[in-house]
Amino acid sequence: MNSRIERLRKLSFETRPSISAERALLETEFYQQHYGKHSIPVLRALCFKYLCQHKTIYIGEDELIVGERGPAPKVVPTFPELTCHTVEDLRILNDRPMTGYRVAEADIAAYRDKVIPYWRGRSMRERIFSEVPDEWKAAYEAGLFTEFMEQRAPGHTALDGTIYQQGMVDFQRRIEQRSAALDYLDDSAASDKYEQLKAMGIACEAAIIFSERHADLAESMAAETHNPARQEELLEIARICRKVPAHKPDTYHEALQMYWFVHLGTITELNGWDAMTPGHLDQHLQPFYDKETAAGTLDRKRAKELLCCLWIKVNNHTAPPKVGVTAKESGTYNDFTQINLGGLKSDGSDGSNDISYLALEVADELHLLQPQPSVHISRVTPERFLKAAGRVIRKGYGYPSVFNSDAVVMEQIRVGKSIEDARQGGTSGCIETGAFGKEAYILTGYLNVPKILEITLHNGRDPLTGTRVGLETGKAEEFASFAELYQAFEAQLNHIVDLKIRVNNYIERMYAKYSPAPFLSVLISDCIDKGRDYYDGGPRYNTNYIQCCGIGTVTDSLAALNTHVFEGRTVSMKTLLQALQENFDGAEKLRQTLWNKTPFFGNDDERADGIMRRVYDSLFTAIDGKANTKGTVYHLNMLSTTCHVYFGKMLGATPNGRFAHLPMSDGTSPSQGCDRKGPTAVIKSLSKMDQIKSGGTLLNQRFLPSVLASEQDLDKLCSLVRTYFSLGGHHVQFNVVDTNTLKLAQQHPDDYRNLLVRVAGYSDYFVDLDKDHQEEIISRTEQELG
Amino acid sequence: MLNELPTFFDIKRYALHDGPQIRTTVFFKGCPLRCFWCHNPEGIGCGLEMVIVQERCIGCRECVHGCPEQALSWDGAAISRDDERCSLCLNCVEICPSLAHEAVGYQATIEEIVSEITKDQPFFDQSGGGVTFSGGEPLAQAEHLLMLLKRCGELEIHRCVDTSGYAETPILLEVAAHTDLFLFDLKHMDGGLHKKHTGVGNEQILHNLEVLSKNGVSVRIRFPLLASINDSAAHVEAMGRFLSGLGSIEHVDLLVYHDLAGAKYRKLKRPDLTDRAYSVTAEIVDRTRRLLEAHGLTVHLEK
Repeated sequence: MNSRIERLRKLSFETRPSISAERALLETEFYQQHYGKHSIPVLRALCFKYLCQHKTIYIGEDELIVGERGPAPKVVPTFPELTCHTVEDLRILNDRPMTGYRVAEADIAAYRDKVIPYWRGRSMRERIFSEVPDEWKAAYEAGLFTEFMEQRAPGHTALDGTIYQQGMVDFQRRIEQRSAALDYLDDSAASDKYEQLKAMGIACEAAIIFSERHADLAESMAAETHNPARQEELLEIARICRKVPAHKPDTYHEALQMYWFVHLGTITELNGWDAMTPGHLDQHLQPFYDKETAAGTLDRKRAKELLCCLWIKVNNHTAPPKVGVTAKESGTYNDFTQINLGGLKSDGSDGSNDISYLALEVADELHLLQPQPSVHISRVTPERFLKAAGRVIRKGYGYPSVFNSDAVVMEQIRVGKSIEDARQGGTSGCIETGAFGKEAYILTGYLNVPKILEITLHNGRDPLTGTRVGLETGKAEEFASFAELYQAFEAQLNHIVDLKIRVNNYIERMYAKYSPAPFLSVLISDCIDKGRDYYDGGPRYNTNYIQCCGIGTVTDSLAALNTHVFEGRTVSMKTLLQALQENFDGAEKLRQTLWNKTPFFGNDDERADGIMRRVYDSLFTAIDGKANTKGTVYHLNMLSTTCHVYFGKMLGATPNGRFAHLPMSDGTSPSQGCDRKGPTAVIKSLSKMDQIKSGGTLLNQRFLPSVLASEQDLDKLCSLVRTYFSLGGHHVQFNVVDTNTLKLAQQHPDDYRNLLVRVAGYSDYFVDLDKDHQEEIISRTEQELG
Repeated sequence: MLNELPTFFDIKRYALHDGPQIRTTVFFKGCPLRCFWCHNPEGIGCGLEMVIVQERCIGCRECVHGCPEQALSWDGAAISRDDERCSLCLNCVEICPSLAHEAVGYQATIEEIVSEITKDQPFFDQSGGGVTFSGGEPLAQAEHLLMLLKRCGELEIHRCVDTSGYAETPILLEVAAHTDLFLFDLKHMDGGLHKKHTGVGNEQILHNLEVLSKNGVSVRIRFPLLASINDSAAHVEAMGRFLSGLGSIEHVDLLVYHDLAGAKYRKLKRPDLTDRAYSVTAEIVDRTRRLLEAHGLTVHLEK
């Protein structure tokens, strides 16, 4: 890290996020003057252009890559057309201790006086909530599912290599050609397409205006500076901003700036989920790097410096603040830009290259919250690359996460994508599979699967509130067999999924009609060719995902019911329900029995894993293939991100012995502390899930630094990953445990039964050591992480 | 009855320190040696041992009521067991909801053990790992060990045997015919001191090591290093000389003593002789390594 990067990093790392009302005010002004004059797509494009013309342009002291969505780094704009924050919301953001955002009084006043009066009743969020049926609201409020589209636009967008070969001028030419070829005689949608294409053309123009304004500023700063070196840099920045994104880039530096302007355009236009990601950035940059290093115009050091600049830019862009349920389930500054490294080229050969290693070095040295790199490992990926990733993993940042390229390709082939598009696809957000640059793969929300079992045990009512939220499938005490219970669970599951999909499909049309994304549509194939918006089936592929949470908790709960109520008859359903209702108060013996004497998921034990498979199949049947409004379908995804904490809060005590309101199992991981046979057993259990039929799964594994200390340890980690992937695993990430976790494990040994620590020449379960030695391990770990 | 089936005390998957790559370690129960530094005291005795993990006890006293021999009692704070009365029926283990009663040791058929080993075969295949038979002393149940080794051989699983080397030579050679790698403990070069610290002399052990070496069997030496017991320069020199005279020694694993097994001794009601005083300094570790390396040996440090 050179001193420039140190300064840029420091600024990015230390600046506290704050809110700026600038975008909201510009947008309000624009809408007040122009609403009603244009078709909606054109209105949206003109609004984007207005923002590009009038927003504050920022070029920082040391920057080489330029452009901010807000007026300065870490200053976050708002999107009142989607969610209009109230004055109270803004005050809470300013005052809350965790993930707060500073909001100046002037901005609050601007909101109160100008933004809120205009947008009240007009924001997408209010319009959606005014239309949803009561039945949906009851289920939503009970925490049976979340709704992604209620306050942020559908997103999850990743790019392919198109923008490195075509600039906005090229896109405009294609748009004009397409518009000229519209057939008003035979195509009843021709005029809609005309408006859409017109909007896309305006969006291209807006992006060029935005970059030209940066060129102007850079030139005036160059004229004023007394530092000749900085003057030269500023003039180079100006030159590049006059070239990209209007035209395709020719140098490595231009390519990075090209991507960054495009990234900014998409996140300025709308507030899509998971910001934007460049996709296979290493593969996109490699040709520029090769050409320039061969010509002697770029060396590795400079290439790394520029890549650091992009990294820091991403980190400058804190996620816009959420409200309501969404804030509870996703209270993070992270906006989930995931950069894919390695993977496959479209011809199936290894995609890792010099930039892949460079990017790992950058991620390691900067270790910022964003972006989060992921490594994509296929059968043809060299071991060297996996090991390079392992060396970063053991530093304990929680990234890079590790993906199985071969599985990601198979998942896409299963749903009908071409092999080339599938190979050029990857994962974005957390673990979601998509065809980069060619697909709208929309996350629609999380599904609380253990809660569905909970309402099944209460004949369709939420025991926490007494409200009816599901079907009447019969009293649990009257189920004569596990089969009867399971049948009722499946009925509730299908009912809840259908309820969610009905409302999703309604919201989806609202976005298509009222909140199109013309700039994003320019970038994603085949929106221009079809003359249709990204939200309206324009992309080549269109997928809706429902993310299923708590497979560990629900499996273990069903296994406990099966083992203790139906098979062993050690406890009656009535007694168990009573204990759950009272959160095991006075029933510790029963709770311990359930927790300790039930076969749990994650131990390579068919008695539990068979139930997991059955639940997974039921989820698949309930979701996969259901129609969305674009002529395509829903698929399931096995991801919880941080929603397992919110969902856990909304869930009473469960039959696996889990107390009420505690987090449920995360992703596809086993319940916390319930995998007691080590990582190979976890992997074996997970491999019994036919993961190819999903759009992604998520496995968290914990390690202590000492378990990964030597080169041999690293080899074993790589083998673990390779084996999981050969068994069909989609993703695994390793959290290297810190001393805090160890202290928690001392207090709550039950939740940390699986925590393996290297004692001395061998590893043992941390909770099985006596207090003194636990303390010793803690102090040792402190040193190792030093 | 007890001798019809082999006795084990644990099977550990993803064992990282018992031979090459990812392994499953099968621990036989029972050992003819009595090394006070042993970090697996569960493996010392041959028979089943009953243990109470007091921290887990929730005081429900189900076990007291359920014990057919009235061997368990509750003093208001903790459960205790009268070992004289206990018939090892394991009723308490079955009853206890919080896993406070543990039986250390169990018997299993060869096929049960093999099916547990093969669970991780994909990891062995990928990494080049396999199974390690450890203990206790696996050679003390040589017949069963041989059956397991042969079955694993048929399944193409790489086999390690972790042994004290204290066994009759013909038995060891028969085992060697079905073993890919030995992890062979070498504790002391002096016969008298060996007997003092481990309860048995080292003549048989050294002889066995020489025989294995002559037969070209792959061996890794495991040298547990303890202050004032076997860390003197003269002793390490002697060991270096002896080992360098043998062929087929892959390397020497230097195992640094630690006192972390104390809790296990107390749990098993065995005298806890662990003492931090036996821990060697980094300088001694370094010196030992250099002395052995000077004899052309490769030394790996197991922290």
